[in-house]
Amino acid sequence: MTLGLATDPTGVPASTPGTSVRRPLLRSWRQVLKLTRYQLRDYLFSRRFVLMMALVAIIGFILTAVVGYYRPPPFLGNSGSFYATFWGSGVTVVIIFAGVIFGGDAIAGEFQNKTGYFLMGLPVRRATVYVGKYLAAFIASLTAVVFFAGLLLANGAYYFGAGAFTADFFGSFALAIVYLLALLGAVFLFSSMFKTSTYATLITAVLFLFGFSLLQALIADLAHVTPWFILTYADTVIGGIFNTSCLSAPGTHVCMSPGPPGSPPITVTNATIAEGVGIMLAYFVITAILGLFLFEREEFT
Amino acid sequence: MATNSPSIEVRGLTKTFGKFTALDHLDLKLEGGKCVGFLGPNGAGKTTTLKMLTDMIFPTAGECFVNGISVQKERKRALHVAGVLIESPEIYPSLTPTQALEMVADMRNMSHAERAVRIPAVLAEVKMSEWADEKVGKFSKGMKQRINIAAALVHDPEILMLDEPATGLDPRGMAEVRTIVRELKKQDRLIFMSSHILAEVTDVCDEVALINHGKLLFYDTLENVTSKFSHGQVSFDASFARPMTEAAMQVQLASTAGVQKIEQLDPRRFRIYYTGDLAGQAALLRQLSALEFDLVSFQESKSALEEVYLSQIDRGD
Repeated sequence: MTLGLATDPTGVPASTPGTSVRRPLLRSWRQVLKLTRYQLRDYLFSRRFVLMMALVAIIGFILTAVVGYYRPPPFLGNSGSFYATFWGSGVTVVIIFAGVIFGGDAIAGEFQNKTGYFLMGLPVRRATVYVGKYLAAFIASLTAVVFFAGLLLANGAYYFGAGAFTADFFGSFALAIVYLLALLGAVFLFSSMFKTSTYATLITAVLFLFGFSLLQALIADLAHVTPWFILTYADTVIGGIFNTSCLSAPGTHVCMSPGPPGSPPITVTNATIAEGVGIMLAYFVITAILGLFLFEREEFT
Repeated sequence: MATNSPSIEVRGLTKTFGKFTALDHLDLKLEGGKCVGFLGPNGAGKTTTLKMLTDMIFPTAGECFVNGISVQKERKRALHVAGVLIESPEIYPSLTPTQALEMVADMRNMSHAERAVRIPAVLAEVKMSEWADEKVGKFSKGMKQRINIAAALVHDPEILMLDEPATGLDPRGMAEVRTIVRELKKQDRLIFMSSHILAEVTDVCDEVALINHGKLLFYDTLENVTSKFSHGQVSFDASFARPMTEAAMQVQLASTAGVQKIEQLDPRRFRIYYTGDLAGQAALLRQLSALEFDLVSFQESKSALEEVYLSQIDRGD
């Protein structure tokens, strides 16, 4: 058999020499969709996807078991309190894990594992690769978030019946998606900064699990400055939308939270929903542009 | 501007890494259906050149063109007609060879009918049909390299840029690569191939470009290169069935024109350095055959290209 002269037993005409010249170029947006599909397939059939789902199941199981066993009255007083705690704190952890697992090595891994040499030999723009991989990581992460939401709604339905399906919950779900967009933007930026997956993954995990929260507390408590520029400040709107702990009017900037029994209320500075969405979208846009800028200039040395 | 026959061109291509100049104003134009061997010692700038030709790294100065299209300005259009194999890439381990080639074909806008023909054909060509549906993660380096070669060929490219394609392959695999390149030459493809294996280059390439320290030493046809730089001098290894001394051999060939030097390699083998044309070489062979020590073999001790390569690289260093 000779290349270019192969014949198909079904009678499909064989490729003739030089067919690559006559074949039209695929539009970049179609290449993005195709790349997303292949990358997503790679994620869904990988061990990391099983690991992510197992993590969500473990987080969901622990929360379900704790609530089911202790049945804390403030927690189960109404569906808002239930969601604010269960969903508000749980989903951010799920999103951080998903971002680290699906996005941490997305770009850095192309350099470290040398898979980039396979992709970059193709007639694709670098932006196509970046966006395709981002979309795949987003969809894979969203699958984990939906799984967690399913576990939560099952719990909610058990405790509150039909009242579990509130508009606030779906609003909070939408906010979680905006947070996922922003977090993945940041993760991809870190992934573009390093040619080693471990650095990108570690920095993302440390920053989002501890670093930003610590920085936020330090800035607020020591400098008495509202840390509006930190993503973890904005993500409080995911639980804050239920407005269960704030004694002030909903949507206000400064919130009076009930303190310990016998003590005066504590003043907490929260982002309003609009501010939270704005900050998260700003993170998404800025990190996406910076990450893409870095990837466009990164060399496969 | 796009050209009709396949072409690769680099103009004033320069690449520096800090203070180190990996490539220094390289100018090279390859045109038409042929195989061009790209030679040079480690660190000479071969892979650097190929990476800039595929936009994997960026020139400090200069520009690369594929079919007249700037790689740096229009990477997508420039690489559309090219098959590329640089640095033995890794393939996503969860993919099978068929899936990996489907991805390549899909991104290159090949129709389902084309894919149905080409993917099994190239897998057969690189002898990987029986592994078509196994996950790549389990494969050896050589098997992965076969899939990489298949990926470079699947879209029936007009131009091939191969960076040491025989890397990781066993002798049978290397021979298969040579067969593939020969077939592609027959189909008027332009193949630009870096290699350390001079026998491979001699076997399949029509032209050679030699670089050292980032500078082009020469680019010409294989025939011109060997005749220009070897000055007609070649060396032969002659083996005999019976032992003889170097002095005896010196006496036997004392009056033979063109014999420059004789070295005894072992009691039955001699290296003869000779300057002359083919007729003179034939006369030398006849003379050795007539000796009473029974000549059993007579062959070039180094390929002409190897002689040229070593002399030019040594001179440059």
